[in-house]
Amino acid sequence: MPDTPYLVAAVLVAAAVTWALRALPFAVLGPLRASRTVRYLQSRMPAGIMVILVVYCLRDLPVTHTAVLAPLAALTVTVGVHLWRRNAPLSILAGTAVHVALASTVFAH
Amino acid sequence: MRIPPAVDVAGAPSPPAPAAPPRTRSEARAAFRDSASVGLGFVPLGAAFGVLVAHSGVDWWWASLSSALIYAGSFEFLLIGMVTAAVPLASVAVSALLVNVRHVFYALSFPLDRVKGPLGKAYSTFALCDEAYALTAGQQAHTWSGRRILWLQLFMQLYWAGGATAGALLGSLVPDGVKGLDFALTALFTVLALEAVRERREDLPTPVLALLSALAARLLLPGSLLLAAFGLFTAGLLVRRLTAGKDPSRA
Repeated sequence: MPDTPYLVAAVLVAAAVTWALRALPFAVLGPLRASRTVRYLQSRMPAGIMVILVVYCLRDLPVTHTAVLAPLAALTVTVGVHLWRRNAPLSILAGTAVHVALASTVFAH
Repeated sequence: MRIPPAVDVAGAPSPPAPAAPPRTRSEARAAFRDSASVGLGFVPLGAAFGVLVAHSGVDWWWASLSSALIYAGSFEFLLIGMVTAAVPLASVAVSALLVNVRHVFYALSFPLDRVKGPLGKAYSTFALCDEAYALTAGQQAHTWSGRRILWLQLFMQLYWAGGATAGALLGSLVPDGVKGLDFALTALFTVLALEAVRERREDLPTPVLALLSALAARLLLPGSLLLAAFGLFTAGLLVRRLTAGKDPSRA
């Protein structure tokens, strides 16, 4: 098991890189924010970025294996429950519960 | 729920009767309500992260430290595997850079100009996670003050760090055979995508363009999927804007 100084250093390194990526672009991109093209991007980026993040989460889907059914069923339940009730915590809990149930039993390996 | 507009107009005199504390309280309350949907998604997600930390054999406090100081969920899930394999710190830095470089794009539209003071701005950029961006970049947030945005970010970080700590402390109670808790992250992004797409329901080309960008990046550059997908998507939007600009009827 890794020692404590290494574990702390890994967190500090990752925290420094992450904060820099979140903070520094404001100084660089600040002057661009007034442009009409940037406003065009602003209005459309949220929807697209969330779609990309979903694909990122599903990037390692085992498409040639029956185990793919666990995430696909969970995704269907998440979308279905959300379109039905529009209650974000409920949708997340329902989808995750289906995934845990399937991945821990039928598709456990 | 709507807050009265015109209160936060720059240069307007501050209201005489209610001083700062009551207003801060009401802004905090509003932020608490705003944070409930996404924030409550964070508790099971943070708990899932904590349980994975406990099951990997790393001490519980590491989940608290990671969630409090890094505060980037998807990367933290990756980092568990990296630290148990004791990869070099340089690899940790490069991975953090590649997974989190998407945050560069958030500077284009996150309303940091509404957050006042260097400390406030420092915290707001530090806590600028995907979900904070998703909530504050949407149309419903156009009237939110900087203070309300800061409260929102603080609540969301507390949910994440609290969930992670609880999960790590109670993780040994969860049997090893329980798998698939990490789907909470996928479900959270799915819900946020549905809401964001619904907000612009007349604009179907945007999510389709994003989906094609992500699938192309998955096929061509699987090692840096997020960076490639965000780059393709932004380039695609710019091309769309330029070609639409040539059409005088849509100018």
